[in-house]
Amino acid sequence: MSTTVNSNAGASASASTSTRGSDGRVFSYYPGCSQMAMNRAYDVSTRSVAARLGLELVELEDWNCCGATAYVAIREEQAFVLSARNLALAEQAGRPLVTACSGCFVVLNKANKYMAEDPELRSDITRALAAGSMRYRGTVAVRHFLDVVVNDVGEETVRAQVTRPLTGLKVAAYHGCQFSRPFGERADPEFPDTMDRLVNWLGGETVPFALKAKCCGGLMMTTQPDVGRALTGKILKAAKEAGADCVITCCPLCQFNLEGFQRRVGAAVGCDCALPVLYFTQLMGHAFGLDARALALGDSLTPVAELLHREAVHS
Amino acid sequence: MIAQDEKIGVYVCHCGTNISGTVDVSAVAEYARTLPGVAIVREYKYMCSEPGQDLIRKDIEELNLTRVVVSSCSPLMHEVTFRKACNDAGLNGFLFQMSNIREQCSWVHDDRERATAKAKQLLAAAVLRVGQQVAMEERIVPVRPETLVIGAGIAGIEAAVRLADAGRKVYLVERLPSIGGHMAQFDKTFPTLDCAACILTPKMVSVGQHPNIELLTYSEVEAITGYVGNFRVRVRRRATSIDPTKCVGCGLCWEKCAVKKVPSEFDAGMSMRTAIYVPFAQAVPNKPVIDREHCLHFTRGKCGICQKTCPADAIDFDIQDEILDLEVGAIIVATGFTLFDAGELARYGYGRLDNVLTALQFERLSHASGPTGGEILTKSGERPGAVAILHCIGSRDENHLKYCSRVCCMYSLKFAHLVREKTHAEVYNFYIDMRAFGKGYEEFYRRVMSEGVHFIRGKAAEVSTVAETPEEEGKLIVVGEDTLLGVTRRIPVDMVILASGMRPAEGTEKLARILSLGCTRDGFYLEKHVKLAPVDSPSDGIFLAGACTGPKDIPDAVAQGAAAAAGALSLIDKGRVIIEPITSEINPEVCAGCQLCIMTCPYTAIHFDSERNVSVITEELCKGCGTCVAGCPSGAARQKSYEDSQIYAEIEGVLA
Repeated sequence: MSTTVNSNAGASASASTSTRGSDGRVFSYYPGCSQMAMNRAYDVSTRSVAARLGLELVELEDWNCCGATAYVAIREEQAFVLSARNLALAEQAGRPLVTACSGCFVVLNKANKYMAEDPELRSDITRALAAGSMRYRGTVAVRHFLDVVVNDVGEETVRAQVTRPLTGLKVAAYHGCQFSRPFGERADPEFPDTMDRLVNWLGGETVPFALKAKCCGGLMMTTQPDVGRALTGKILKAAKEAGADCVITCCPLCQFNLEGFQRRVGAAVGCDCALPVLYFTQLMGHAFGLDARALALGDSLTPVAELLHREAVHS
Repeated sequence: MIAQDEKIGVYVCHCGTNISGTVDVSAVAEYARTLPGVAIVREYKYMCSEPGQDLIRKDIEELNLTRVVVSSCSPLMHEVTFRKACNDAGLNGFLFQMSNIREQCSWVHDDRERATAKAKQLLAAAVLRVGQQVAMEERIVPVRPETLVIGAGIAGIEAAVRLADAGRKVYLVERLPSIGGHMAQFDKTFPTLDCAACILTPKMVSVGQHPNIELLTYSEVEAITGYVGNFRVRVRRRATSIDPTKCVGCGLCWEKCAVKKVPSEFDAGMSMRTAIYVPFAQAVPNKPVIDREHCLHFTRGKCGICQKTCPADAIDFDIQDEILDLEVGAIIVATGFTLFDAGELARYGYGRLDNVLTALQFERLSHASGPTGGEILTKSGERPGAVAILHCIGSRDENHLKYCSRVCCMYSLKFAHLVREKTHAEVYNFYIDMRAFGKGYEEFYRRVMSEGVHFIRGKAAEVSTVAETPEEEGKLIVVGEDTLLGVTRRIPVDMVILASGMRPAEGTEKLARILSLGCTRDGFYLEKHVKLAPVDSPSDGIFLAGACTGPKDIPDAVAQGAAAAAGALSLIDKGRVIIEPITSEINPEVCAGCQLCIMTCPYTAIHFDSERNVSVITEELCKGCGTCVAGCPSGAARQKSYEDSQIYAEIEGVLA
């Protein structure tokens, strides 16, 4: 881990030596646009469980769009400039950058890696940042919140927080396409098991779920609804067939696609696709004994609250 | 400073266009004339050729040259050649210096002007250095006639038998309870479809019976010291708990053994073995060992049924590991390979889904003495209606094995043939490229194609269990792009065979440290020269054979075993070996007796003379690595031919 010298004298104590934070517990938190509006529940539940796990999430000041959605596909370099601005802010803050959104995570992480590997891209982005009197030296670690919970916080601490074990709950751990792809730094890129391990620590069990890293349809749910519904339908159908009581996600777009159109998706694939879908943070928070408000369960479009209050879960 | 009366000859090589293509050789030669002490400068197309060497020899004789510099390729390539040319003409070969303007200059640069400038610097360094060099004599030491062969797979067996047949003593060390290696596990062999056991077993038997082979199974090499011709080897013989002089291999003990659920290594986990066991029926030696990790006597301190049963009273729980110290002249390393762990690629379901097998598991499944008696059956005991064979599992993959494992295409073809022959199932091969490189291999490929096997060009993406059609229900569905048709294929099958690649055997790295061998980035042992010295290691007297240097098929492994035996034999038969005089010395006047050098010497070549209170180097053991010189705090340790004056002269040349 490289160290940075922080020029900002007023920065927090943990920022003075390393972007990892002095004890690995303080992060710059990048919410991303979805969590500000449509997927507010993910933001709320992330902050709630982070507090329980002793992780301090300091919202990155003046953060901007990460460059995901259609932008990165059409103007990749410009998208990376947007991400790089966030990275530069995180570098100034002197903490590693964590986000719970897989879409943000991928673009931020790619921009970070590609800048380190490609001198031409780096000089282009450096020039663009300089126009705004900013610079990025490449010292920030970009992390997904799920990765931090499972790989940094770890089993012992997570288990210690469990007051309502998920006994008997069968979960389909749907990681989506962007959590482990393309780099597979901390999980098998094609077949991650990060959430499976987590559910196990929470006292629940995961069902064998072959489609755990397949595409949910992404933005096609709006641009090509037929394709989007077919892809989402496959996932919900497979989860049901595997005997899952619910699906958990670690990405706002996955969550939206899986929970938002179940009736139409069901019609498209010719079977009942009704299944509770919730963020892994909500499930974890429930196991920690947090109340529905702290986890924004009321925002759910599927009967999540009912699922979590079933008799079996309380036993 | 170069003495007034020195006459240095400088020869700049074009190496065809290898050097002259990038370096202005004439300009370099012209520059050489301005250097101190230089009496003659010549450039020539190929200095290493006979006429090139003649130039040097003639100039030494006619011009009375006192020192020689050749600017050409790496010293690894031709230092010996030119040193010999000097010696032939009466000039001590250690008054010769080489400057490398090929590997370290022309091959790695493309700017002609700057490459030429660098070549001049390198040459100046060599000229100034050679002026400081002193004549030395090579040492001649005797060679012991015994050879140590490490690893008793087919390569090691071949090497051992060849040497033993030539009347030389061989110590054959094998880590497992039996010799035979991977080949003993195979069913048939491509492309001839010989039964592996039929061709291997006779060789194994002859190893077991050969009067010149001392077989040390269940044993590992722990330490090696010494040098070419005179190695000292420490071998740990693991306790077998069986007295081999009493055991007749009757088999009563393993029939009675209470532990019956240890996954059989030999059957790749497809069957269970007992705690006292012979790995397979044709094992050599055909005497059991007790696996102390699983034996109840050792784990719980009870049982002992085997001891009570044994009619020969051969079982002795008190037998301890034994340490053997051997002396040998040559060493052949033939430690082989291990399969890439298919579980690392979770998308293919190995270890997660039933009926997804590795290549070795299929070999055992198809083998007449395997868990099903050679019938190809699914886990539920049925004949498969369709089988998929997935090539390049782990191989040719940026994230895993970057290289091609060479044999997988061919054994996959063999598997396809065996499945067709035994079950008439449909067989689907998912391949990237078909590599049928050996004698009779392309013909075998054609034959298998004509047998109705399906070939789908494209690496399989995953093995799924999510059915999309009624035909896919309950099947393993192999999903992959058919790159010839440009479509995604979904093939429902009953069995998937993963053609896992080959990686270095477990312990390769540890043995590399013991033997001071180098490894490639992939972890395989590094040969002295990949083309021209493929069975020599960079260390004299140590030879390499088989898959320990990279994936190989049986014919190549056998050829290398024989070649390594020839290398060892030529060393042994000469009976003596010339050793470079570049060693370290410790000046007893300066040595403070701190013994730091003794701690750092990787060859245990230094001992402490407590009477004089100084460290002393045993010249025969010293390899001239220079570690002691770098470590010595008082400057008492010096390395011949790497004196400070010589290094400084070289630096001065580079900076000139």
